[in-house]
Amino acid sequence: MAKRIVEAIAGLGHQVNDKLQRLGFAARFLVMLLFYSGQSFRRIHLTIREVYFSGVLSLLIILVSGLFVGLVLGLQGYETLQRYGSSEALGVLVALSLTRELGPVVAGLLFASRAGSSVTAEIGLMKATEQLTAMDMMAVNPIARIVAPRFWGGVISMPLLAAMFSAMGIFGGYLIGVVFIGVDEGAFWSQMQASVDFHHDVLNGVIKSFVFGIAVSLIAVFEGYDSVPTAEGVSRAITRTVVNSALAILALDFVLTSFMFRGL
Amino acid sequence: MNRKLLDLWVGFFVAIGIAALLFLALKVGNLSASNFLETYPLAAKFDNIGGLKVRGPVKSAGVVVGRVSDIRFDPKTYEAVVTLSIDARYQFPKDTFASILTSGLLGEQYVGLDAGGDERVLKTGDVIVKTQSAVVLEKLISQFMFNKASEGPDKK
Repeated sequence: MAKRIVEAIAGLGHQVNDKLQRLGFAARFLVMLLFYSGQSFRRIHLTIREVYFSGVLSLLIILVSGLFVGLVLGLQGYETLQRYGSSEALGVLVALSLTRELGPVVAGLLFASRAGSSVTAEIGLMKATEQLTAMDMMAVNPIARIVAPRFWGGVISMPLLAAMFSAMGIFGGYLIGVVFIGVDEGAFWSQMQASVDFHHDVLNGVIKSFVFGIAVSLIAVFEGYDSVPTAEGVSRAITRTVVNSALAILALDFVLTSFMFRGL
Repeated sequence: MNRKLLDLWVGFFVAIGIAALLFLALKVGNLSASNFLETYPLAAKFDNIGGLKVRGPVKSAGVVVGRVSDIRFDPKTYEAVVTLSIDARYQFPKDTFASILTSGLLGEQYVGLDAGGDERVLKTGDVIVKTQSAVVLEKLISQFMFNKASEGPDKK
């Protein structure tokens, strides 16, 4: 009996140890990544290529989902607002919810599952097929050559994608509200402009999406680099990327929101 | 994929992203409209500011001429000291009347400035003397009820 309890405690300690070790490695990995970034920027083409893979190829899903989110917001917002006779405030509702929250968060979640997972899979497979080791043997630093460009590609793409998502969503809200339902167009835009502030709403949204971009890209490259080099290990790493990115985005969103919009 | 085509696509992507940001800044936000380049501060003391907030608008004749930049409590006079940043293009006479008004029945509160007839104008840091506090709905209702009650039942 006593032996089993001791074993259980030892197992728990082992797990905590593992997690802490992984966290420490993640921190060391981030420092290495930033350290070798300069080296990878000297071959900027590598980063541009990653912006293509994580940004340009995500365009379609981002634009289409942005449009649909805007359409739904328009319908639901109108449904509620017209009960209180203030359907002109539809523009405000759509624009504020998109620029402050939905734009960065939903774009971040889509980005994590569209681009983050593929980055993890790519790096994980390179590790499984020993390409990273081979590079090391040829005195090519895999972090500078493979990891850093993918990280920066994601960090650059994410704010742009979130801005497109918000813009597309507002267009969707306009489409439903003004074109289909017939809310007054002038009131829609002027009320929106009167209550959306550039610094307080738009810029804070951009800052959020930038932070999410860093978080998602870091998680994606780290999970790939740290994956167990087997087929199963890579698939687990991809799952972890999507799950951890989603958690990180939502948790960071709460923290950032409580800093940015407290008491206003 | 060859390098030129790739660069073209990435350039296209970045251009759309920046266009979206500009759309958010100019069409959705109010970057173009309400940025006063140069402002000067004025102070006004109110007995009660109601629900006035920092960054609330300051309007004269319905036109936004400035913003509320600071709200403090003066522990000596027990009044609220509101600092207003007024657009430098507009000058107001010394006897300008400042009141706290509400846009619509339940809208946001703003500071309304009614210009007086004085020749001299308010300068940086001046205090607006003539002010009117916010209307507090509860006080208004209780006053009304009190008046009704004091009229007595016999005067029906």
